[in-house]
Amino acid sequence: MAFDSFSAFIAMEGHGPYVWACYAVFVVLLAGLMVWSVKRNQSVLGACQRRYETDAKTSGQTTRKAPATFTRVEISQD
Amino acid sequence: MHPIRKKRLTIVLFLVAGLAIAVGLTTYALRQNINLFYDPSEIAAGNVPVDVRIRAGGMVEEGSVIRDPESLKVEFRVTDFSASVPMEYVGILPDLFAEGQGIVAMGRMDASGRFIADQVLAKHDEQYMPPEVADALERASKGQHKAADAQKAAESTAY
Amino acid sequence: MWQFFHKLGSPKWFFGIATRFMPWLLAGGLLLLAAGLIWGLAFAPKDYLQGNSYRIIFIHVPSAFLAQSIYISMAVAAVVTLVWRMKLADVFVKAIAPVGLLFTFLALFTGAIWGKPTWGTWWVWDARLTAMLILLFLYGGVIALDRAINDEKSAARAVAVLVLVGVVNIPIIKYSVDWWNTLHQPATFKLTEKPTMPMEMWLPLLLSVLGLYLLFGWLACIRMKTEILVREQRTRWVRELVLAGRK
Repeated sequence: MAFDSFSAFIAMEGHGPYVWACYAVFVVLLAGLMVWSVKRNQSVLGACQRRYETDAKTSGQTTRKAPATFTRVEISQD
Repeated sequence: MHPIRKKRLTIVLFLVAGLAIAVGLTTYALRQNINLFYDPSEIAAGNVPVDVRIRAGGMVEEGSVIRDPESLKVEFRVTDFSASVPMEYVGILPDLFAEGQGIVAMGRMDASGRFIADQVLAKHDEQYMPPEVADALERASKGQHKAADAQKAAESTAY
Repeated sequence: MWQFFHKLGSPKWFFGIATRFMPWLLAGGLLLLAAGLIWGLAFAPKDYLQGNSYRIIFIHVPSAFLAQSIYISMAVAAVVTLVWRMKLADVFVKAIAPVGLLFTFLALFTGAIWGKPTWGTWWVWDARLTAMLILLFLYGGVIALDRAINDEKSAARAVAVLVLVGVVNIPIIKYSVDWWNTLHQPATFKLTEKPTMPMEMWLPLLLSVLGLYLLFGWLACIRMKTEILVREQRTRWVRELVLAGRK
């Protein structure tokens, strides 16, 4: 250990505010970017899942409904 | 490689090379403006405008620092080991300011060739070492001086 | 070799590899970075001249290293985008540009705080600092340009050209301290030469540089995976993968 006591470690012979401010900003921003990246990954993954599920439901419904719908069929007259 | 890709690659390489040359020439032409400060030799050679705010940098000469006891005025010489410039400054110096230490000062040259600084920044080198090592090195170099002095003395007495 | 190159271009293949490596990158990166920073903060000896303020070097130098390395890797990916039109290269550029922006900002910010007690000023317009500020704007420009263009393919090409135009700034940052008079001192941490600091200062610095590189690898993987999900969500393999992962 390069310091005699914990308070000496915090004070760093007067350079404490500079050193600790740097480390705090570094840790907060790096951790923030990591957490944000994970969260974004999860939200995109969740959105994909929901999309696939609704896709599966609606496609099932349309196939069942399909015979009952009237669709205008354009037939060439000539 | 596919000929189209080869062509694209050549275009990309030409783009980067051309840009590098352009930027290289520009920075070369502007080098006097990119340099942060003037060397003492440039100042001694008279390449420096008088009474215009400029920066000058170099090493604080050993044994040249004179502190005014009544005020914060400091006088010292800055050297690059081929020329030196006298400087004066009133104010609080950075912690790292010491003889043998690099500095960059902002201020004006006066007509008598003195540099009147209004801001002094400390410049440090890329060497880092623990205090004990620095002390040991200094003692060793002083020891060498002493040994050399002793040898010189011995030689001179021998004659 | 070309086969490997084509495999590398496949988002599906990358997805699998990234998923396998990510836990190792995260664990290794956090471990090395924590070891380097704690060693540097508490156990490394203080500097004879700067005292304890030099301890900022253990985050300043790794951040600056990453800021430049990320840009170089983006430039390589930009060449691949322009010449081979490989989708994954463009995904890479878009995924890591914000990471590069963050590290450039951190290098500038920690440098400013370090400059106050050592130089006596927060900021000075010397060549190194100014070139680093230009790098910050380049990262910002890359992100903004990508957002501004809606079409994926034209955005990829425009971004690649901007990245390549900016790459001339990298040698300027690196050699600025040798070519011009600057307040910033020359490099301390060089891979090719003998270090200018004793082992008990150099080793923690090496550990934190390596740790940050691994963390960058992890960040690149997870951000690329997100980007691939967004772009390839209509393909069958993503659909199967997502639906399989849900169970």
